[in-house]
Amino acid sequence: MLSKGPNPQLNAGGELQHLLTLEGMPAAIIERILDTAVPFVSIAERDVKKVPLLRGKTVFNLFFENSTRTRTTFEIAAKRLSADVININVGVSSTSKGETLLDTIDNLVAMNADMFVVRHGQSGAPHLIAQHLSARQRSHIHVINAGDGRHAHPTQGLLDLFTIRHYKHEFSRLSVAIVGDVLHSRVARSLIHGLTTMGVPEIRAIGPHTLLPTAVEKMGVRVFHDMKTGLAGCDVIVMLRLQTERMKGSLLPSAGEFFKHYGLTADKLALAKPDAIVMHPGPMNRGVEIDSAVADGKHSVILPQVTFGIAVRMAVMSILAGG
Amino acid sequence: MKIEINNGRLIDPRDGIDKKTSLFIAAGKVAAIGSAPPTWHANRVIDAAGMVVCPGLIDISARLREPGFEYKATLESELQAAIAGGVTSLACPPDTDPPLDEPGLVEMLKHRARSLNLAHVYPIGALTAGLKGETITEMGELTDAGCIAFSHADAPLADTQVLLRAMQYAATFGYRVWLRPQDAHLSRGGVAHDGEVGMRLGLPAIPACAETIALGTIFALARVTGSAVHLARLSTHEGVACVRDAKRAGLAVTCDVAINHLHLCDADIGWFDAHCRLVPPLRGVPDRNALRAGLADGTIDVLCSDHTPVDDDGKQLPFAEAEPGATGLELLLPLTLKWAREDRVPLASALARVTADPARVLGVDAGHLAVGAPADICIFDPDQRWAVLPGALKSQGKNTPFLGLELQGKVRYTLVGGQIVHEG
Repeated sequence: MLSKGPNPQLNAGGELQHLLTLEGMPAAIIERILDTAVPFVSIAERDVKKVPLLRGKTVFNLFFENSTRTRTTFEIAAKRLSADVININVGVSSTSKGETLLDTIDNLVAMNADMFVVRHGQSGAPHLIAQHLSARQRSHIHVINAGDGRHAHPTQGLLDLFTIRHYKHEFSRLSVAIVGDVLHSRVARSLIHGLTTMGVPEIRAIGPHTLLPTAVEKMGVRVFHDMKTGLAGCDVIVMLRLQTERMKGSLLPSAGEFFKHYGLTADKLALAKPDAIVMHPGPMNRGVEIDSAVADGKHSVILPQVTFGIAVRMAVMSILAGG
Repeated sequence: MKIEINNGRLIDPRDGIDKKTSLFIAAGKVAAIGSAPPTWHANRVIDAAGMVVCPGLIDISARLREPGFEYKATLESELQAAIAGGVTSLACPPDTDPPLDEPGLVEMLKHRARSLNLAHVYPIGALTAGLKGETITEMGELTDAGCIAFSHADAPLADTQVLLRAMQYAATFGYRVWLRPQDAHLSRGGVAHDGEVGMRLGLPAIPACAETIALGTIFALARVTGSAVHLARLSTHEGVACVRDAKRAGLAVTCDVAINHLHLCDADIGWFDAHCRLVPPLRGVPDRNALRAGLADGTIDVLCSDHTPVDDDGKQLPFAEAEPGATGLELLLPLTLKWAREDRVPLASALARVTADPARVLGVDAGHLAVGAPADICIFDPDQRWAVLPGALKSQGKNTPFLGLELQGKVRYTLVGGQIVHEG
């Protein structure tokens, strides 16, 4: 067997060089990011919402896959840190003219980029970019994975951890249920790694066989196919977004039947702990994975997640930039 | 040209020879073993002290990239790689551009290979026109042009009726059919083994049952048609068990495994190493162990390189988009030796899997050193270590999961038809 190299997101000193995945990320680094994010939440509540931590730095939002929300939150995060932000929607740009991913990167490096925020439809694309930068002796340029294929969405995982810590104060006695399309979900993978590292004793994955990876137990989760059993006594419920194309690939018969089995309704929510919180990475499909009464109800922390997301992304960017 | 090879350890797996002795070559053939023929006078004497003298290796799957992909590799570059790796005969799959579905293409390939006068090239014809899985090819014409078997390479053949008829037609004339057992539907879009590694990396999966279901189909069709079937590139432990059962039940099938799958598993993908983007996908440790055991006990007949030169542009892409394949002609021998060392397989038995056994599968008179046999010979230093670096490889494709590693076993001389075509 070949030897698997060191985690490419840490530098030789074990510090964060890129943010590519939460898999294998030391708890101390996660804690530092979460702690750093706390004061950034209050900055957003001030009249002047800017700090100069990234002044003079150029951040490229490089989105090979459409996303309005994630791109916007990264843009706001970088601007509140006083960086110059350039949004490049590559889906309608150079790669459609035949330029390769790494050619695009080389061109942006020549424009003296300091940080790339990358969203790509293929798992591993941000790793490829990070490895390319280090092969070209451009390791001072940081890569933040803003979602790659089914692999990872580490800033979402971190903001989920931030939200859970905010409302539950600690991790070591929690039971967290993740419901829905785990198979295609980078959000679920990152969250599971993050929860495991932070010592959450019980992580449950709830869904039909068609939406759970064959080896999902190997990630340290308990599998439930019945939502009611799975939600019993939970502290945190994370609903995943169900893409409509899942109905075409014989994974599900219909959105209606999915909602019947796995949609979060007030009835099902009542089985969780009385103070359970309900999370969702967005954008939500009301009536598919979540009932409006729950999404807008008192257990829902879905909008605070968005607010915390900006603070967490500011924390990641400032730590990468050496702040 | 008369050549005398002295002091080497002569291994001929087919005829059970493994001893220190001399080999005498004249007129392109083995003239004598042990003592020189009468009135012998050698033009060239090779001192093979400390070396192994064995039949030239036969690689039953090596993509030469001609016609159509000359920017990736040429016949000349890859045949140079073959002889540098001690490979004196090779079979090339039909997935060129255009595919090998017309006699003219095959004749041109054979002619070009002959004029280079390096290794022997045995083309495998396309089983269906354009490898589209719709209509069968002119197998008779293709056989006359030089095809030794018919396959579908890695192209999906989803229509079982077409497969049945192709096998019926081939069986009529005794043509061999080579099939890669992979269900076209279950493997659609997949790039990694359906296991923990693929799940963590978020790579679309190909389940092991994609292989066993295809094997079941092929076995049923082989029984119905009586077609001689070779199974290309087993990858799962379940697949090895299916083949073992089928052979025990008397079905006349042969099969092979590629060097990468014999030594690597999905964990070697690490952080999306595109060198490990291979077809079939690298599977789990139990699969790799079963493949090794199957090759040792003869369930798997042949070890091949599945040589597929891919340029850097094809690999500098996100894992799933990267072009599958790895260079292998020059790694076949050292990786055969590595397996033999690690699993304590006798050297002669291990070498049989790359000499006598592939000759049997191809149906050609090669892979042995009996008096009168073609003098296709590999002489190698079993102890010499070398680093797999781009500069050390003759193949135009430098990409392999073994890049940067040190391997043991280096070819020193390669003879084809009694001529020394490589000295290293």
